[in-house]
Amino acid sequence: MNAVEYYKDQLEQRVLNDSGSGSGLISLRKKAILDFTRWGIPTMKNEEWKYTRITPLLDKLPELPKNGDKQIPFTVQDFQKRQLPGHELANELVFVNGLFNSDLSKLISKEIQVLPIDKMQENGMQEILENHFDHSSKYLQDGIHALNTAFLKDGIFIRVGEDLKVKKPIYIYHITDARASNILSQPRSLVLLEKNAGLQIVETFLALGQPQNLSTESFSNHVIEIVLEKDASLEYYKIQNDELTNGQVSSCHIRQLGKSLVHTVVISLEGGMIRNNLNVVMESERCEAHLYGLYFQHGKTHIDNHTIVDNRKPGCFSNELYKGVLAGESTGVFNGKIFVRQEAQKTNAYQSNKNILLSGKASVNSKPQLEIFADDVKCSHGCTVGQLDDEAFFYLESRGIPKTKARALLVGAFASDIIEHIRISPIREWVEKLLAKRLEIENR
Amino acid sequence: MNSETFEPVRQELGKEVDAGLSTIEKTVLSDYKYGFITDIEADEAPKGLNEGTVRFISSKKNEPEWMLEWRLKAFRQWQKMNGHEPKWANLKFPPIDYQDIKYYSAPKQKIKANSLDEVDPELRKTFEKLGISLNEQKRLTGVAVDAVIDSISIGTSFKEQLSELGIIFCSISEAIREHPELIKKYLSTVVPPTDNYFAALNAAVFSDGSFCYIPKGVRCPMELSTYFRINAENTGQFERTLIIAEEGSYVSYLEGCTAPMRDENQLHAAVVELIAMEDAEIKYSTVQNWYPGDKNGLGGIYNFVTKRGICAGNRSKISWTQVETGSAITWKYPSVILKGDYSTGEFYSVAVTNNYQQADTGTKMLHIGKHTKSRIVSKGISAGHSNNSYRGLVHVNRQAENARNYSQCDSLLLGDKCGAHTFPYIEVKNASAVVEHEATTSKIGEDQIFYCNQRGINTETAVALIINGFAREVMNQLPMEFAVEAQKLLAISLEGSVG
Repeated sequence: MNAVEYYKDQLEQRVLNDSGSGSGLISLRKKAILDFTRWGIPTMKNEEWKYTRITPLLDKLPELPKNGDKQIPFTVQDFQKRQLPGHELANELVFVNGLFNSDLSKLISKEIQVLPIDKMQENGMQEILENHFDHSSKYLQDGIHALNTAFLKDGIFIRVGEDLKVKKPIYIYHITDARASNILSQPRSLVLLEKNAGLQIVETFLALGQPQNLSTESFSNHVIEIVLEKDASLEYYKIQNDELTNGQVSSCHIRQLGKSLVHTVVISLEGGMIRNNLNVVMESERCEAHLYGLYFQHGKTHIDNHTIVDNRKPGCFSNELYKGVLAGESTGVFNGKIFVRQEAQKTNAYQSNKNILLSGKASVNSKPQLEIFADDVKCSHGCTVGQLDDEAFFYLESRGIPKTKARALLVGAFASDIIEHIRISPIREWVEKLLAKRLEIENR
Repeated sequence: MNSETFEPVRQELGKEVDAGLSTIEKTVLSDYKYGFITDIEADEAPKGLNEGTVRFISSKKNEPEWMLEWRLKAFRQWQKMNGHEPKWANLKFPPIDYQDIKYYSAPKQKIKANSLDEVDPELRKTFEKLGISLNEQKRLTGVAVDAVIDSISIGTSFKEQLSELGIIFCSISEAIREHPELIKKYLSTVVPPTDNYFAALNAAVFSDGSFCYIPKGVRCPMELSTYFRINAENTGQFERTLIIAEEGSYVSYLEGCTAPMRDENQLHAAVVELIAMEDAEIKYSTVQNWYPGDKNGLGGIYNFVTKRGICAGNRSKISWTQVETGSAITWKYPSVILKGDYSTGEFYSVAVTNNYQQADTGTKMLHIGKHTKSRIVSKGISAGHSNNSYRGLVHVNRQAENARNYSQCDSLLLGDKCGAHTFPYIEVKNASAVVEHEATTSKIGEDQIFYCNQRGINTETAVALIINGFAREVMNQLPMEFAVEAQKLLAISLEGSVG
């Protein structure tokens, strides 16, 4: 049985079982199952997946956990070992194998409302559900996204009400515990920031398995959708530092419905196969978005960053900077799209992708793409692939700094352009430390 | 740009302004300048494509058996691909009925002309209307013209002068008969029939084209040139060009196109192959001005072209320069395979689209040899309801030490109903490579127009000035003979689009 048939079978059984609960999501899920069967798992023939192969990972048919399964061995102690720095002063939401775990989660900010998605309807949020849920499928039209939608029952809804500025960040942990069996985890969340609301989100991914076994044991297929109303502001951080060679597709879809501010930083330091989708859809005048990304890969890992900035209304501004360092036999992919629709006059949109190859066996594929339908715009993109500057090396070496340290210093400087945009200081310091460790300058 | 070349543009635009029409109206109203039909008896194949058609073309060209076999093989390949036209391009067009096209049309001539005087006077007139009279060309510019009208070579000039140097410059069908050893050795080594749908189609039914062979150490003393023209109704034009530059040689080749006005879409699927040996250099320049269709997007040429060169030897160089103003649809990616060490590939392009034109054009630079360099400069100008895409690939192989690429693709949008798109692909597998890509999109700044107005330059002239400035980097690469024509074309294609 191939992966498509297997999951289709699993899905159909569950949707039938769920239909009794009266969830309004059934039709959406049924459509997603159809889409999934039609499209299948994306292969390299799909232009959006030209450089990234995920089929072998799903051919292992990892299991789809569901609520009520008790065999997940993940414990409080396991969690405590993995909490992010600054967690004492943060709200924490924990997903284990794609299912929201309320026992491990804690909410300390009263401004935040958290609810399972399938309880939205009975809580009078039908309208929000209809208006905002699964908007991402308009942009991510492939089988893997449809697969997530088909399971959306176990997702959560996060809401910050009008004029509420949440001072403490939300840390969202996505834990995939594959110690018992191969796992496919599919967390899903929807976030709504109402007028003049403010929120900081940090998402991180952790996979557990036998570290000696290098074949992928788990796969996470994550989707978060964030909606911003007028004057809302969002800081979104995604830190990927998986311990295991874990396969991952992680999509973040942001809609700016009113004039609002988005600030995102995506840091990918470790993980077997990572595919990140980041969409920013500007549906109002004068929206602003800043997108930063850093990927630093080694070994045989693969990182793929796909971003879309869709300017649909006039006067928007976006700036995007993604930097990559590729060592070992790793592969980096960057695909950045900027759309400027006909209506979106006076758009300023900038995009830049800079890559450093540290090893002869590393490779990078970059595709910065502009699609512009309005004339009164300023748009540019740039892309470079190169090495560390010989002159800078010489300068440092002539001052007695050995080559390895000089290299660490230069790469560190290259990366700091991105890391400095993390505005939650415990997280920033932690990322700096991780990077320093990677650069082997800790034991000088 | 010097003032001399700018002058004609200025006069042209000056006249337009005097007429008192709004500038946009004028663009819309201006008819295709070269839209006329020459009444020549044509010797043609019936509509449709099957093995019979391929055999018909082959026998018409008096081709040897091995050539027919080669064509049939390509035809079978194409049949296998049938229905699998490349879909990835950013182009929209109704499906092409390949059985509704005539694949061969030769102007009827009883004897092959040896001198220009023997050429059909009707044909001569056509060239004169285009302003490229063979006589004129021969006398004034010293350009040897291998004029191709409706797929057959009519007259060639300067042949003797070239043959003294050992240069072979003739139609490809002549080369198949006279120089089979060269054809067998090089034909389809750069663009095999299996390469893509249109390359397979071309290999099966190509009617004529140019062949050029520059022997070792020879520097071709003149620009070689071919003017292509589509003439008979419903006839696809399938050209095949092969240029070989032996060790240490140099050649500059010009290709220019104009086509008469038609209501039905015409298919054009050409293949161009360039081969540069050690230390050789090939410069290939194109001005493409096929009929773009009317202001409602009706008619126009479908232009699906496969152009590729290989820098086979060390220190060789291939340079593509193109000015694309015509065709309803342009699908064209002149590419360079940088196989020899220290070889260089260049691509300079200006693509202009207006009304409902669609262009998806760009290049591929494949770095295989060590210390290879490539440079891409692409300028896209969109107006009306048109869509203009740049699609380029820079690929650095694992072995390609110290490869260097610089790409720049700028787009200029005139009007808010057109689109500009860039799809650059950058694939680097060697850590010593340095690859840079940058792209910008903008419109003509009001401050720039204001600056010109203030100095007594009217808006129309200012726009022409700015556009010529925008495209200058590419225009500078064109040989002198083409530069003037190309600049005029640019102004004609776009005048009145801004303001």
